[in-house]
Amino acid sequence: MTSTSPEAAISAVGLKKSFGDVVAVTDVSLSVPTGTVLGLLGPNGAGKTTIVRMLTTLLSPDGGELRVAGIDVTADPMAVRSVIGLAGQYAAVDENLTGRENLRMVAKLTHLPKASIAPRVDELLERFKLTDAADRPVRTYSGGMRRRLDLGAALVHEPPVLFLDEPTTGLDPASRNDLWSVIEDLVAGGTTVLLTTQYLEEADRLADRIIVIDKGGIIAEGTAAELKSSLGQTIVEVDFDGTELAERAKPVLATVGEASVLTTTVSLQVKDGSAALFATVRALDAAGIPARNVVVREPSLDDVFLRLTGDVAS
Amino acid sequence: MSATTHNKGNTTGNDIGAGSAMAGTPSANPRVLNRPRVVADAITITQRNLITIARVPQLLVFATIQPIIFVLMFRYVFGGAYGIPGVPYVDFLMPGIFAQTVAFGAIGTGIGLSEDLSKGLIDRFRSLPMAPSAVLVGRTTADVVRNIFVQTLMVAVGVLVGFRIHNGIPNFLVAMLLLLGFGFALSWLFGLIGLALKNAETTQAASFPIMAPLVFASAAFVDVRTMPGWLQPWARNQPLSAIITAVRRLILNEQQAQLLGLTESTASLVLKAIAWIVGLTLVFGTLAIRKYRRVV
Repeated sequence: MTSTSPEAAISAVGLKKSFGDVVAVTDVSLSVPTGTVLGLLGPNGAGKTTIVRMLTTLLSPDGGELRVAGIDVTADPMAVRSVIGLAGQYAAVDENLTGRENLRMVAKLTHLPKASIAPRVDELLERFKLTDAADRPVRTYSGGMRRRLDLGAALVHEPPVLFLDEPTTGLDPASRNDLWSVIEDLVAGGTTVLLTTQYLEEADRLADRIIVIDKGGIIAEGTAAELKSSLGQTIVEVDFDGTELAERAKPVLATVGEASVLTTTVSLQVKDGSAALFATVRALDAAGIPARNVVVREPSLDDVFLRLTGDVAS
Repeated sequence: MSATTHNKGNTTGNDIGAGSAMAGTPSANPRVLNRPRVVADAITITQRNLITIARVPQLLVFATIQPIIFVLMFRYVFGGAYGIPGVPYVDFLMPGIFAQTVAFGAIGTGIGLSEDLSKGLIDRFRSLPMAPSAVLVGRTTADVVRNIFVQTLMVAVGVLVGFRIHNGIPNFLVAMLLLLGFGFALSWLFGLIGLALKNAETTQAASFPIMAPLVFASAAFVDVRTMPGWLQPWARNQPLSAIITAVRRLILNEQQAQLLGLTESTASLVLKAIAWIVGLTLVFGTLAIRKYRRVV
């Protein structure tokens, strides 16, 4: 899986990077088949952005082999730059230029044939619903419009491989949904995407495969379904009035299933949801701890994430 | 956008490696030329920076307010204390003001680059198949165009307060070219500082200590002969003074130059100024482009 297969649009083997004494990325290997989406999931400072920066030629790795579209990234960065698009955490567009001027600038810098620049820019403005705002300086744009323009700028030369570094961070839900649809369309058109995100919902919706990164290394990988099922079948969530009650209830409920506390909620991983529900109620009743609410639900990626990154008191 | 088409193109590019740029060979992305174009890319970035200057005129206004205040202050406040008979102080002063204006203007190059960095624009540029030199060349070139505008305005302000050319228009134009060249050379120095510090405020703060000894311990405002002996070698020979002295010699007439003790020939003064401009540009241009390639 981690070997360099000819079908992989993006591949890394044994990728390493340190900044002085700080190890940012340690022995990361990944492979993204052409036309699929890989989600890199992890908390702030996990090393996601460093991995993307190395794959997009912005940062040279200390070790490891990197290939994008079959091209060795360290040996021929210029060739890599012609096949990738990069949209960043902060919208990397010029505030003083209009939307149209920004796209035209990128089109010129990617050396699109002169005749095709204007139609391509119009097409992108149309696609990202920026036609009406095309001739306004970007500083008058909303956050969502800037992100759409940023993504548009990354797509000017129709790159077959797209890197999206936290593309929807800080966006409102409606803009986030818009951007997700655009990314889904691109993938349907054959584009390979590597996406970093802190949002499990985003990875869940967009990514074919997910790699969970923490402290510079891979701690889990698989499809969203695989990661969820690795946790056990079902979650019982018990809500209490206050963190103190939740802490008191935790050892009591540990007899029912593996228990973890997050503020006022105790989560239990169980095999059989309904049997666990009764056991939970009986245990709490016997211990005399009042619960506010008890829910049985399927595990979410959040559960996987919290457990893997050790943010859960255990 | 078919995945298989991309894949074929990519494999071809890969097999030939660097040869993907050869004529007739499909590039890794068949839609674009994956070779940078040094001149065309620099022009694109220059245009982008000129649009910014035109669209944010405040930048230009603030760039000219300070030198105008200096003109008024030195001309009317300190000018009375100065006395070299036969050389009007305003004619002595304006070459110093011109040089100071382009020098302070060069800080703007560093601030602009540090802003591009902190806003992620440099990341965008570095991920494109464009010439690495273009971002810097485009910035320094646009700043030359800005300097043409600012310098013209400063000449007009000078004329309003009594500044006159004593040595003919051609010599005056050579003086203006030296000033633009010096501004260009310093742009590379401050561009390097902006890339190293990556933050507009820090770049601004770091620039002043470099600027102060250049601007004030110089031939800009007073005759170097009036300075203490230990300061004179620096004040006489540092690059800003070299430019100012050449400009002064090009603007004043023979007799006035004699009165100021400018015995060196015009040609020799101009050559020294050009040597500084070329030297500074080569050294800091090389360092800045190298820094740009590695900037994190």
